[in-house]
Amino acid sequence: MARRGGAPEVNAGSMADIAFLLLIFFLVTTTIETDSGLDRKLPPDEPPQDNVIIKQKNIFTVEVNKNNQLLVEEELLELKDLRAAAVKFLDNGGGEGEKGERCDYCQGDRDPASSDHPNKAIISLRNDRQTKYSTYIAVQNELVAAYNELRNRESERLYGRPFTTMEAEYLDPKTSDAVKDELKPKIERIQEMYPQKLSEAEPKTN
Amino acid sequence: MSRFKKKKSGEVPAVSTASLPDIVFMLLFFFMTVTVMKDSSLMVQNELPYADQIQKLDKKDRVIYIYAGKPSQRYQDTYGTSAKIQLNDKFADVSDVAAYILAERAKKREELQNVLTTALKVDQETNMGLISDIKQELRKVNALKINYTTRSGDAFRNMQ
Repeated sequence: MARRGGAPEVNAGSMADIAFLLLIFFLVTTTIETDSGLDRKLPPDEPPQDNVIIKQKNIFTVEVNKNNQLLVEEELLELKDLRAAAVKFLDNGGGEGEKGERCDYCQGDRDPASSDHPNKAIISLRNDRQTKYSTYIAVQNELVAAYNELRNRESERLYGRPFTTMEAEYLDPKTSDAVKDELKPKIERIQEMYPQKLSEAEPKTN
Repeated sequence: MSRFKKKKSGEVPAVSTASLPDIVFMLLFFFMTVTVMKDSSLMVQNELPYADQIQKLDKKDRVIYIYAGKPSQRYQDTYGTSAKIQLNDKFADVSDVAAYILAERAKKREELQNVLTTALKVDQETNMGLISDIKQELRKVNALKINYTTRSGDAFRNMQ
């Protein structure tokens, strides 16, 4: 640019101030929202199949009453003990699975009075209509945590990395298809080992 | 100040500030792309519960939001204090949920219509009865993928 003789230069020292003003304005107003939560799948609205006989020992009943107390397998339990109790039940492997196989990766007590196989074990959750939502979420969270704990353990053993990180990478839209294809069989295998069978009964109306 | 002036006796050359507008624009564009615009204003109290076994929600265009909770302070005179459902910008009844889901689903692109997730943003003080009713409605319209939106934190904080 040709500089004209005596043209006065515009003082642009305050431009930086303006830039900072804008920066601070946007910093204050922006909320970078990352929504996250517990993913669940509802059962389809179909008439229930009858003649399905599930042995009582394969069902882990969790009841939450209107005072937000937990009744697990007919016994009062604190929320902090729920995860361990659920892990113990799922990982028991006391009998044979759906195809008559034994659970060779379970590390539980193999108690014949508890669940036969992780693929038969069902957690049944029932809540009262007066139960507080936050309690319900806490219980859900602990049950999901129990599944994740077992899945992570097997995933570490087989693939050397936790299941939850693999799943997060798989669900991330930024992950390339090649990586996804590689992760998919691994995730499916782990999910097959510890399928999430969490049934929710209709709440009690009283 | 005199210390700075010692070095050069002549006139100090002005710093070129031609690139400052570029910097401002860069910042502006950065925040414009990062900012998430709220598409509905909340009319209910929305203190989400805590959970730590959480998964990130899908992209925004694949999510239908349902809010529930007690009406906010300024709506309590007209709507009372019992928990209510908010769909878009209005309070709604449980029976409106199914129609709302179908309408929202119809608005989305065809290839997204069967990968939609319903995000339930429910206040932690709400009773489960309302949520069970919502879930029944969702089952009726086959919107089975749901997400209980939570804040990340220790789940035991819910019990206090």
